[in-house]
Amino acid sequence: MRQVLARAIGGVALVGLLAGTAACNSDSGSGGDSADGNCGFKIAYFGALTGPAANLGVNIEQGYELAIKQYNDKKGSDCIQVAKFDSQGDPGVAPGVARNLVSDTKILGIVGPPFSGESEAADPIFEEAGIPTVTPAATRVSLSANNWKTFHRAVANDDAQGPAAGNYIKDVLKAEKVFVADDQSAYGAGLADVVKQTLGSSVVGTDKTEGDGKQTDFSATVQKVIASGATAMFYGGYYQNGGLIRKQLTSAGWKGTLVGGDGMKDPGFTKAAGNSAAIGTVVTCPCSPPEKAGGSFVKDYQAEWNTAAGTYSDVAFDAANIFLQGIDQGNTTIEKMNDYLGSVNYQGIANTYKFTATGELDPSLIKVWAFKFDDSGDAVADQEIKTS
Amino acid sequence: MNFSGLIHNFGPLTVTGLAQGAIIALFALGYTLVYGVLRLINFAHSEVFLLGTYASIIVWGFFGLDQNSPTPGMFAVIGLIILGMVAAVVASGVTAIGVELIAYRPLRRRNAPKLAFLITAIGASLAISETVGVITGRNIRGVPRLIRQTDVVVIGNTHITNLQILIVVLALVMMFLLDRFINRSRLGRGIRAVAQNPDSAALMGVNQGRVISLVFLLGGLMAGIAAVMYNLKIGVTRFDAGFLLGIEAFTAAVLGGIGNLRGALLGGLLLGVLQNYGAGLFGTEWLHAVSFVLLVVILLFRPTGLLGESLGRARA
Repeated sequence: MRQVLARAIGGVALVGLLAGTAACNSDSGSGGDSADGNCGFKIAYFGALTGPAANLGVNIEQGYELAIKQYNDKKGSDCIQVAKFDSQGDPGVAPGVARNLVSDTKILGIVGPPFSGESEAADPIFEEAGIPTVTPAATRVSLSANNWKTFHRAVANDDAQGPAAGNYIKDVLKAEKVFVADDQSAYGAGLADVVKQTLGSSVVGTDKTEGDGKQTDFSATVQKVIASGATAMFYGGYYQNGGLIRKQLTSAGWKGTLVGGDGMKDPGFTKAAGNSAAIGTVVTCPCSPPEKAGGSFVKDYQAEWNTAAGTYSDVAFDAANIFLQGIDQGNTTIEKMNDYLGSVNYQGIANTYKFTATGELDPSLIKVWAFKFDDSGDAVADQEIKTS
Repeated sequence: MNFSGLIHNFGPLTVTGLAQGAIIALFALGYTLVYGVLRLINFAHSEVFLLGTYASIIVWGFFGLDQNSPTPGMFAVIGLIILGMVAAVVASGVTAIGVELIAYRPLRRRNAPKLAFLITAIGASLAISETVGVITGRNIRGVPRLIRQTDVVVIGNTHITNLQILIVVLALVMMFLLDRFINRSRLGRGIRAVAQNPDSAALMGVNQGRVISLVFLLGGLMAGIAAVMYNLKIGVTRFDAGFLLGIEAFTAAVLGGIGNLRGALLGGLLLGVLQNYGAGLFGTEWLHAVSFVLLVVILLFRPTGLLGESLGRARA
């Protein structure tokens, strides 16, 4: 309740702030209009910029913003404006922020939402408003089963990531006893369920934890893992809980390997677990290693943000560029933009993008990689894994 | 339901539950002390605890320690833990008294209705935790690994580690000292007198304002110790860490009988253990549901909690 209240107050402040900047921007925007017919519009980012899983959102926002900055530099003007909407990654907060977003008629497309839970809460609002979205990170399978015409997913979903994680546990770790737990979030539970199906009878125990920020003592789960005799554990959840669980498993003397999904692929995992406990943890991701991104992206990102590109930064960069190409081709209404996404075939720096009728990435373009935490405190590329 | 799992893991679940319960118990003392004297639920007590967790981490940071540092030597660890406790106790104590002076005392002077106290309590709690949230970017802060957990006692599949022993023993010692202080010292007598009947106490020459400050201070001290133990056990803190544990601590206080010091200890330990049993039996997702259902059931039969309200009673 307290949190909700705090967020409501924060939300009101944010709305005020955005309304203020929007008002200023629309003045300068009309000036841009006269210079070039396709200027004065906005591409929005919708997702976490604060909150317990904020790092994942910030990686994406920075990739998106870099694309728009480069576009504007090329045009020599502030042609397309950045519009950031902070959902805190929270399904409770997201709808209010989404309503605020759809009231801005200059927005032609949305990069986001990054998380599955907030997608379930906010996407219906975007669908109703008809604003096309391209999510660079939300992987819950059922998101594409809602008949949302505006929904597009630039990465593989958990039907690819889950089996890949399962296969890695079976084939690479060669674990015969696996414990599977999740955080009961749309993302975590969905992914863990697919992993359970893939592993079948090697799952010797399961548990569910509270979500990020709602539990810090995992001793009951830790005890179950140890008692189950598992040599590997899969956790469907985000990096803070994952890190805490790894830390408490290590303290309790469990020596097995923790495996997680893309939600755990963040240096924040090491921050929660401590370096020595974190080393060796494996995370899967329907993404390529950021350093493999084409062009000068890796260098540009470092130069712009003074930090290395993170998980999905490259996909977000591509997602923004897909929209920008759409604008260049004269798709300056949300209806035209959505039609354009339906037939686009865009070669970006991380992948090539083509969407199916339900908004999924074309199956031939799916990639899943495994990453491993090392003493750098971050997850580094381990190997590409097969998804079937 | 997983009965065999619960029975098989009964020992380990009890041990880890007791360690968590000991922290909850120390935290709960602050709620119970303030309630016993003022009949006020000090919601800001969760932030008294929160600032304690940060204070100790910051002090350890002065020595260049973070969550990735190797565990220092034995004597260094003892020194660091004591220093961390001093820092946490000072931060928590100052916060507790600060909250009392800023949020409660002005209201008391004006004879404000009870509801006003409740609102300022929630307000103070929110204001502090959100401020910490903004300053820290709502990120977690890791704790240096001062204690490498090693098994000291092993019975079957039950491993009791050095840290768990430290936490429980420390909680019992703090509890014992506080109990002695309240029941044997002059200041303690003052506290009991005000709890029993503020007007008579004032007529007898007890300085009520000072007693109230003392009560907040004592609650803060206990929360500071609890904060350091929480840091060592959990290993990270975050702007809402106090809120989460605060609800459990408040529950423990009510469970044992709010206003009753020994009740807080019993309630804390019981809650810690019951939560673990619930998690073992039904799955961790039921952790909170089980303990709160039990709370309701116990209050049905013993509305004043297991040991009743007794801070103000002559014998306590």
